[in-house]
Amino acid sequence: MWKWLHPYAKAERAYQLCNTLLPYFVVVSVLCIVVGWVWGLAYAPADYQQKDSYRIIFIHVPSAILSMGAYSSMAIAAIIALVWQLRNAELAVIAIAPVGAAMTAIALITGSAWGKPMWGAWWVWDARLTSELILLFLYLGVLSLFHAFEDKKAGGKAACILAIVGVVNLPIIHFSVEWWNTLHQGGAITKFDTSAIDPSMLWPLLINILGFAALVGMLTLIRLKNEIIQVEKHRPWVRQLVSRG
Amino acid sequence: MQVSNSYWTLFCSVYKKDVTLAFRQRAEIVNPLLFFLIVITLFPLAIGPEPGLLARMAPGIIWVAALLSTMLGLDKIFRDDYMDGSLEQLIASPYPLPLAVLAKVAAHWTTAGLPMVVMAPVFSMLMNLESQALGATILTLLIGTPLLSFIGAIGAGLTVGLQKGGILMSLLVLPLYIPVLIFATSAIDTSIMSLAYSGQLAILGAMLAVALVAAPIAISSALRVSVS
Repeated sequence: MWKWLHPYAKAERAYQLCNTLLPYFVVVSVLCIVVGWVWGLAYAPADYQQKDSYRIIFIHVPSAILSMGAYSSMAIAAIIALVWQLRNAELAVIAIAPVGAAMTAIALITGSAWGKPMWGAWWVWDARLTSELILLFLYLGVLSLFHAFEDKKAGGKAACILAIVGVVNLPIIHFSVEWWNTLHQGGAITKFDTSAIDPSMLWPLLINILGFAALVGMLTLIRLKNEIIQVEKHRPWVRQLVSRG
Repeated sequence: MQVSNSYWTLFCSVYKKDVTLAFRQRAEIVNPLLFFLIVITLFPLAIGPEPGLLARMAPGIIWVAALLSTMLGLDKIFRDDYMDGSLEQLIASPYPLPLAVLAKVAAHWTTAGLPMVVMAPVFSMLMNLESQALGATILTLLIGTPLLSFIGAIGAGLTVGLQKGGILMSLLVLPLYIPVLIFATSAIDTSIMSLAYSGQLAILGAMLAVALVAAPIAISSALRVSVS
């Protein structure tokens, strides 16, 4: 397997891999999000209690799940970057961070828009909301640390260390906040057959989650391509790429 | 035997140097304490002087003030050594860097955290904290402030190479302080209700144990990045 993975440490090969993977991610994300949103927003039955306002779930839940998923993939990339000293993995950390931060922001904004009619307040100091907000702080910390360095190589390494420290802390923060105060409802779709939400709502939700996951992958790949080109701009292959237009 | 002996010598000499330097410039020890005191003075002025209200808010206020005043000294941990090049020498030396880092964090705690623990009775009296909560306040500060030093030193190590690392460091470190804050204040709250608070103390202790092992490694890799 190492023999197979090894070439991708080279920037050019990694760039080509991004190019090959990108179309699949674009297709999956566009398809799933369009199908999921149309199904979820137009055809899924209205909730007996929350009426139509529950439909924001089709944006809120996928973005919340992906905000955490993006952080863990960022941390995995950071560990790979520090252990095997792969420059491309460092770039991946930097590529994922803003995407994850955006997902976190979307989850927070849609959450507060949902909270206003349901709980009667834009913001409550509830465990899940608070830990999502802290997650946003961690993302912004990684980003601002990276941008504070003039030497981008050192900046990337520092961001990796911070991402790993953050991922060690994240469960502690999550459980401490959980223990501190809870109003938000618990997870409802963890088990498929004993799911607490009806299949007619569950399916569009799952499709949306898949679509958002592909969207995160797509945006990350695009950003990673940019990062690779920026780092490697003095290399002949990039010049060739540019001159080919 | 020779080797372990010299490790101990390294720890002691780094620790002694930092503590001595701090005592040569007493302002470094006194200023965070004054800051702590002033922050605590601001709260009654801002929210009103009723003793009941203050007593209810005291654990939170004391701990937030403790967090903020620890931040003041953090930037100093590695900054001076970075400037005069002795940090580079420590990294280049054959001794394990995490050990030297541990000594520096211990010195920071001795000069920043320990005075706060000692002054805790005075502060809790100022805030009308009930007397049965005094023990919990001192114990949480005793376990919590070294934890703050460890976590903060990671941020300090990451930002030591930057020109204006101070504010950035607080942005990085404060979110990581949240669990300490939650468990410490909840221990004091529980003690106000005369209930057993050993659970929260145990969790704080567990976090300190993890930090004691893991933080020096993280700090040293951060320093290696900053110095190289």
